[in-house]
Amino acid sequence: MTAATRFRAVAVGCSAGGLEALRQLLAPLPREFPLPVVVVAHMAPDGGSLLAELLESVCRLSVAEAEEKAKALPGHVYVAPPGYHLLVEEDETFSLSVDEKVCNVRPSIDVLFQSAADTWGCGLIGVVLTGANSDGTAGLRAIRQMGGYCLVQDPTQAFADTMPRSAIDAGLADCVLPLAALAGQLMALAPPQPRRGGR
Amino acid sequence: MTDAEIEDIEIRLFFEAMALRHGYDFRNYARASMKRRVLALAQSQGCRELSALIPRLLHDQDFLAQALAHLSVPVTEMFRDPQVFLALRRDVLPVLDSFPRISVWQPGCATGEEPYSLAILLKEEGLLHKAQIYATDINDVALAKAEEGIYPARHLAAFSQNYQQAGGKAALANYFHTAYNFSKIDDEIRERIVFAHHNLVADGVFCEVNLVLCRNVLIYFDRSLQNRVLSLFHDCLVRGGYLCLGNRESLQFTDFADRFRVIDRGNRIFKKREAVQ
Repeated sequence: MTAATRFRAVAVGCSAGGLEALRQLLAPLPREFPLPVVVVAHMAPDGGSLLAELLESVCRLSVAEAEEKAKALPGHVYVAPPGYHLLVEEDETFSLSVDEKVCNVRPSIDVLFQSAADTWGCGLIGVVLTGANSDGTAGLRAIRQMGGYCLVQDPTQAFADTMPRSAIDAGLADCVLPLAALAGQLMALAPPQPRRGGR
Repeated sequence: MTDAEIEDIEIRLFFEAMALRHGYDFRNYARASMKRRVLALAQSQGCRELSALIPRLLHDQDFLAQALAHLSVPVTEMFRDPQVFLALRRDVLPVLDSFPRISVWQPGCATGEEPYSLAILLKEEGLLHKAQIYATDINDVALAKAEEGIYPARHLAAFSQNYQQAGGKAALANYFHTAYNFSKIDDEIRERIVFAHHNLVADGVFCEVNLVLCRNVLIYFDRSLQNRVLSLFHDCLVRGGYLCLGNRESLQFTDFADRFRVIDRGNRIFKKREAVQ
């Protein structure tokens, strides 16, 4: 397996300051970006539906709330609905749950990352951005264990440094970059051609 | 073989054992959430390997209730998603008022917060005296709590906020008797609800109802099980009966998309279509 064909999906987690961070991460990605991007952002339970709309207005990729049973497709950004954990099933479809909060939050980044790691294994890129709790660290550990790639925002420049610092302190970051450089890194890691379905 | 692949085998064997030994079939549940729940069960039992749960499942009769309690995690609150209850109050209950009797089925009732919410709604709209709510679940531990109707008093504050947003006409505390740190639901509310064990995977229709309230249950099922359960709902609803699902649940892409009319898209309220044949 070459590096160029290894990656099959991106999973992103953020909390405090996350909207601006997501904008900077996702807006530069080209329309033909060949991987699905799945996002958990901690938001107020009633304000979260706006996130997909806000991102859609600044992204070339199409952005929507993840719907249960829908398949994760290349070139699409999927955002966890407010109040629901977002999980990825073996067949690359989404499922939702209202099980108890993890790290005091629902949706939880750990829940997404752990299930996505089960599905995409070494083909998963996990990205931890700004945030004020340590959600995401256990998720990156799962991604690391499955051979995936862990990308972390430089905490010294993050709006809130707890989340990226927690991931780095746990020794889980393959790469630490300032926010402005993260999109470029995703494009460098992604396979060169749009994937045409199947594996 | 990797550890993850071995763990996957253990999970399959666990659910196989559960189905064969006890008749509870979780094999058509969405796998990713169930994996988390089995892992939590194993951890609660101090099992380092998931497969260590299997002998207990086979030979320890007392273990089943604990296992089911972990596998059907009740996370609920009163008047959760208050705008849904407001919509039921505003748009659905006035229609149900035209019936001489009102029956409601609430599958997946967990510890009872939602059926009690609905009963309070019916009471405030003057319909409780002719209403019967069937609240069912597979989790007997949760059902026993539901039947007691006793909740920590401190939960009432959060519930109260929901209740007000759901158009509450009084104070939620009026429906509870609070002593020490616990609040018990009033008997008048409780008497209108029958709590019973029912398994959506295996059991059939047991009543005819005007409303099925089943929120955030279908998300845990795969498509084939969703269709089975929707067929139960369709069969038990009277003509023109209502179905209310969770905020992110939909009939789209199920076998039943054409059998119901959308009444309120945002609040996921549907109405059974009149049969044409």
